[in-house]
Amino acid sequence: MAAWRDAPELPDFSLLKRLARDQLIFLLEQLPGKKDLFIDADLMSPLDRIANVTILKQHEVDKLYKVELKPIVSSSDQLCFLIRPRIQTVKWISDLVNADKVAGRFRRYKIIFTPQKFYACETVLEEQGVYGDVTTDEWNFYILPLDDDILSLELPEFFRDNFLEGDQRWVTTAGSALHLLQSVYGSFSKVYGIGRCAKMVYESWRELMEEGEQRTRQPEFAKVFLVDRDVDFVTPLCSQVVYEGLVDDLFRIKCGSVEFGPDVTSSDKSIKVMLNSQDKVFSEIRNEHFSNVFGFLSQKAKNLQTAYDKRRGMDIQQMKAFVSDELKGLKQEHRLLSLHIGASESMMKKKTKQDFQELLKTEHSLLEGFEIRECITYIEEHINRQVSMIDSLRLLCLLSITENGLLSKDYRSLKAQYLQSYGIKHLLTFANLRQLGLLEEQQAGETLTVMESKVGKLVNDKTVGKLTDAFSSLAKKSNFRALSKRLALVPKSGEEYDLRVPRDMAYVFSGAYIPLSCKLIEQVLERDGWTGLEEVTRMLNGQEFAVTEARNKTDAQRIVLVMFLGGCTFSEISALRFLGKERGCRFIVVTTAITNSARLLEALLDNHA
Amino acid sequence: HHYIGATWHVLKIELYEMGWNLKDGLRECLVAAAPYGGPISLLKGHNRRSPSARPQLEIYSSSGLPLASFPWKSGVVKQLGWTVSDDLLCVQEDGTVLVYDLLGGFKRHFSMGNEVSQSQVLETKIFHSPYGTGVAILTGALRFTLATNIDDIKLRRLPEVPGLQGAPSCWAVLTQDRQSKVLVANGSHLFILDNTACTPVTPPGLSPQASSIVHMCVSFSYKYLALLTDSGHVWMGTSNLKEKLSEVDTKIKTPPKQMAWCRRPKSQQPSAVVMWDGLLIVVGECKETIQYHLDDDSILVPELDGVRIISGTHHELLQEVPGACEEIFKIASMAPGALLLEAHKEYEKESQKADEYLREIKEQSLLSEAVRQCVEAAGHEHEPETQKTLLRAASFGKCFLSNFPPEQFVSMCRDLRVLNAVRDYTVGIPLTHTQFKQMTVQVLIDRLVYRKLYPLAIEICRYLKTPEYQGVSRVLKHWACYKVQQKEESDEVIAKAVSVKLADAAGIFYSEIATKAYESGRTELAIKLLEFEPRSGEQVPLLLKMKKSPLALSKAIESGDTDLVYTVVMYLKNELNRGDFFMMLRNQPVALSLYKQFCKHQEQDTLKDLFNQDDDHEELGNLYVKASYKEQRLEARIALLQSAVDEYYKAKNEFSAKTTEDEMRLLRFQRKLEEEKGELLVGFSLHDTMTTLLSVGLHKHAEQLYKDFRVPDKRFWWLKLKSLAEKEDWEELEKFGKSKKSPIGYLPFVEVCIKHHNKYEAKKYVSKVTPEQKVKAHLAVGDMEGAAEAAIERRNESEISTVLSRCSATTDHLLMERLNRAKATAVKK
Repeated sequence: MAAWRDAPELPDFSLLKRLARDQLIFLLEQLPGKKDLFIDADLMSPLDRIANVTILKQHEVDKLYKVELKPIVSSSDQLCFLIRPRIQTVKWISDLVNADKVAGRFRRYKIIFTPQKFYACETVLEEQGVYGDVTTDEWNFYILPLDDDILSLELPEFFRDNFLEGDQRWVTTAGSALHLLQSVYGSFSKVYGIGRCAKMVYESWRELMEEGEQRTRQPEFAKVFLVDRDVDFVTPLCSQVVYEGLVDDLFRIKCGSVEFGPDVTSSDKSIKVMLNSQDKVFSEIRNEHFSNVFGFLSQKAKNLQTAYDKRRGMDIQQMKAFVSDELKGLKQEHRLLSLHIGASESMMKKKTKQDFQELLKTEHSLLEGFEIRECITYIEEHINRQVSMIDSLRLLCLLSITENGLLSKDYRSLKAQYLQSYGIKHLLTFANLRQLGLLEEQQAGETLTVMESKVGKLVNDKTVGKLTDAFSSLAKKSNFRALSKRLALVPKSGEEYDLRVPRDMAYVFSGAYIPLSCKLIEQVLERDGWTGLEEVTRMLNGQEFAVTEARNKTDAQRIVLVMFLGGCTFSEISALRFLGKERGCRFIVVTTAITNSARLLEALLDNHA
Repeated sequence: HHYIGATWHVLKIELYEMGWNLKDGLRECLVAAAPYGGPISLLKGHNRRSPSARPQLEIYSSSGLPLASFPWKSGVVKQLGWTVSDDLLCVQEDGTVLVYDLLGGFKRHFSMGNEVSQSQVLETKIFHSPYGTGVAILTGALRFTLATNIDDIKLRRLPEVPGLQGAPSCWAVLTQDRQSKVLVANGSHLFILDNTACTPVTPPGLSPQASSIVHMCVSFSYKYLALLTDSGHVWMGTSNLKEKLSEVDTKIKTPPKQMAWCRRPKSQQPSAVVMWDGLLIVVGECKETIQYHLDDDSILVPELDGVRIISGTHHELLQEVPGACEEIFKIASMAPGALLLEAHKEYEKESQKADEYLREIKEQSLLSEAVRQCVEAAGHEHEPETQKTLLRAASFGKCFLSNFPPEQFVSMCRDLRVLNAVRDYTVGIPLTHTQFKQMTVQVLIDRLVYRKLYPLAIEICRYLKTPEYQGVSRVLKHWACYKVQQKEESDEVIAKAVSVKLADAAGIFYSEIATKAYESGRTELAIKLLEFEPRSGEQVPLLLKMKKSPLALSKAIESGDTDLVYTVVMYLKNELNRGDFFMMLRNQPVALSLYKQFCKHQEQDTLKDLFNQDDDHEELGNLYVKASYKEQRLEARIALLQSAVDEYYKAKNEFSAKTTEDEMRLLRFQRKLEEEKGELLVGFSLHDTMTTLLSVGLHKHAEQLYKDFRVPDKRFWWLKLKSLAEKEDWEELEKFGKSKKSPIGYLPFVEVCIKHHNKYEAKKYVSKVTPEQKVKAHLAVGDMEGAAEAAIERRNESEISTVLSRCSATTDHLLMERLNRAKATAVKK
């Protein structure tokens, strides 16, 4: 798997980092002299990938602080805040400024919003009476390249804001990110998409295209696929079993790096490791089903030993060459290998246990629509035994989506039991899940159209369309079973599936399920549009589109950009890599953030806001 | 052509015969002509003060075609001048400056300050710098006040000039070191005034005969200075007064009317023009001067590369002859360009000589130089015929060159076509090629637009292939902005005309045009025009300005730009009363959800009001629940939950209401127990409460909860099982196991005991396990025999396999054989 034969070269995304760094330095220099820098907690890791502490210090950043929304201790006369445009944070800064005023202290304040500023934030500054005391700037850091083929907007809140709160503020951000890619890497020939948000992002991007100057240059990728996370909720709710996904589920990969605890490193220290294609060991196992990984790693260890053993019988000259040419590489590989072996051991320990096997079995039954009663009993027990707050919720959601909602009786009883286990505050969680269509009670009687016509009378014609959209996304039926049949997402049970030789994308879920999102991408690329998929899109609530921007026939045709709005899982990335290999093309994933079931559900809890 | 010395000569060419018909020429007129061939303004009889005979202000093109004319009704004008964007400035005696566009439309006025208006304007100069157009004033109090940029007025009062008794003999404005300064002559003394100081200066080598400096002028670039003394000497040097370039005696001692520099950029020659009544003298480096007789009152207009002379009848350009032209047209010139021109002439005559000339050039390898000279010379020529001759020669020469880059030739042809078009009498912008290059096409297009010469401007943009945004679209936008101000046409007609003309132009912002319409009082037209704006976001600000807020809100929402929606929402919040505001939001779900987001962080109470207005009891209930767990005090917490219960009932959500009531009961129970037993419980979930109670041995209380809260049997059994095993209370566990039939079966008993490493206890429950779970149970306690037995008995192939996989080949040899046999029969079956 070393070189992907016949696969096109990927563009060099490190350019994006350089652009971001240069702009940041420029902005920091707008506030000359020594200053303390306050950084939003969730910007720290991304920032570190762009400009490390040394670079910041070179541009007169004195001390670095994490934004904690608490009073600060800083003796500097210049404070610079590098933050996401959030009302809460801006309010905190306003309070700081006002406190300084009361104390008769004069400082200079600068807020750098990234990736853009929002009017709402400026309103807060105005309302708090500090608008004139603070200068604001924008750091247009839209995209962080996490790997050769993964670009992230690092906006986990995109999911909740857009799909739950109905706040579309990030739509333009996503549009700008695409525009940035286009201006750096050339224009696209074809754009496909599905989902309300995808459509809006495309429109926002289009507007930027029209405003800006058109550059005619050889494009580096030619097709774009935009997909809303709510088109496919099933995939991110499944347990991940491909190595990279499993590492994310178990250890949480943060901004392309993971911290392996003592149980993995078999020492008393934790070790931070970057997980990307630079890590030769990792890049070979990241897409493998975890059951293969251990065998693979032990083979690798043997090979490594053989390489070390070459030393025997070497003369001085050969030894010298060995030490200078190979040893360092071997040692590095050795270090990584032992870490990944540690990680997979820890994984095997957890995952081969009875519990996990039963959990997977339940998930597979739900996907297949088989033995649903048993599944419900299993979930009930899961809740009653307080096994895991998030996992129980995940199973409930999977049950609801695959079954088009729960029977009233089941819904009430499971919900009551869940609240008994985890407390009444989850009433709000359930409200959120219902709003997103993740966990619903099957309704008898009142249909959508009745609601629509009721509301429709209140508003003018133009908005009715939008409202209908809004409602259909609120109360949409998942139609999973029908979709699954139509797109053959669930292979026939009983057939042996050799996970070492995957035959389709289902291998990322042990052969039990092909991710819906990836299947859609495959189908649309194959058909060069949505023709023939009418029934599928109808079941997905429509909102699909395909636009031809320009015609060009180059190698770039074989590089496809897939943008996930609301997050994407490593399993999906692995599935797309597999698909790319099958089709001799390559996929670049642009996502608002890397997600998994835990992140997705945690975003919908309401105990923190 | 007039030669002075061996290498220098000047050339005077006629630009236009003036189209105006002035009875008295320029006599007794206040005149101002804009540089770069700009418009000319005249104010006749500007000193007249009687209302019965008002002065007349007239504006003409450079060719003397009338652009505007109107009686002057304001105060006494001391000076006229033009800004860099072709606006006319009229400086009045009281220091008020009135600004008009070049078609005579009044734009605005501004004051030069109280001090000026009190002591009145004595003299004034209008000057240009990289910062824009400036105004300098000498007041009656003999002080200077200066504004460097009239578009961003910052008045500066300069320091006093020592010993100044009356008006200084002459003065000028300089731009040096990014600052505007005034150079003043008081008799023979010269001073430089800047922001802070008045510094005496001495021009190096100024002729000692002079007792007074009577006139001075600064070059177009501010680099050079010329001084005229009462002894008739013209001193020329650098404006920093560090270097003298030349000094020439004009032999005329009367004060002149005007003096100006006449110099090309990069020329080595200093030269100035001094004008008296009827006489014009050009002075240069050497002693000789050139003299011209003037028939009529004239004014000098300094340009970048020469001086224009405007009289009542003629408009001329005086220029140093450009190098290329001189090379080519000098009599008997052997310059390559001259030879090429000859060669081409002979070629046209089909004469053999063409070849000879060509060979001569080629022998010296100067053909490309020759072509360049011809092209350059063409650029300096005003006569289209001469231009053509030179360009043809250049084109002819180019044929014999293989790698000559075509750009210079091509762009010169284009430039000249444009220049000839704007020099045309009807347009009247006599630009030289040098000026055109300095000014840029952009600015030229602007000037044409100011003159409302839209078709020509568009023609030029298309011809020069100017990008549409900067070119055609911009012109069309200006046209449309002009069009919407035409009062005599109806809204429909104008809207239609605008949309038809602008239909396929790229980058047009209809919002700008609509704004113009609104500013000229045509709101309806503005709304019509906004409809053409494809970017709904662009429509919003104007709609707000026009107080069309509902429309603005829906347009903002249509744009999909949340930030814009937010802007409108915030605007409405401040504009409308709360009721109307909420009403409007109610019809706009997107705006509403956005505002709710804002309220969540900023105004919790408003959020409540919003839900209240919508009778959204469900959300209100949720809001109270949320508030409750932020509340520390128990009573307040319960009160909030009670409010939630009420709301949930109103929302007919019995489930939530009941659950919340349960929570209130639980909280009371927890508090009571906390008080009695000192165990921390408040805030725990039901499950956690029971776990805690069981772990501290409060079984009775746990059981009370089990009954009161309809806890499923299964949960209770799991809880109790785990808690007893945790405490290793095996006796109690056994009793519990026997108390009644376990709703969770007995496998959990086995597993939990094993988890706590008690195989002995675990085994007690194996027999109670259901047949389906027997194998699992036996395996859990490590009883391979039992597991095998159970599996074989059930004849279940997969169970047999499971047991087999757990067998060890060394110790369980016999067992494996049995199992394999059983498996074989099971498969057969």
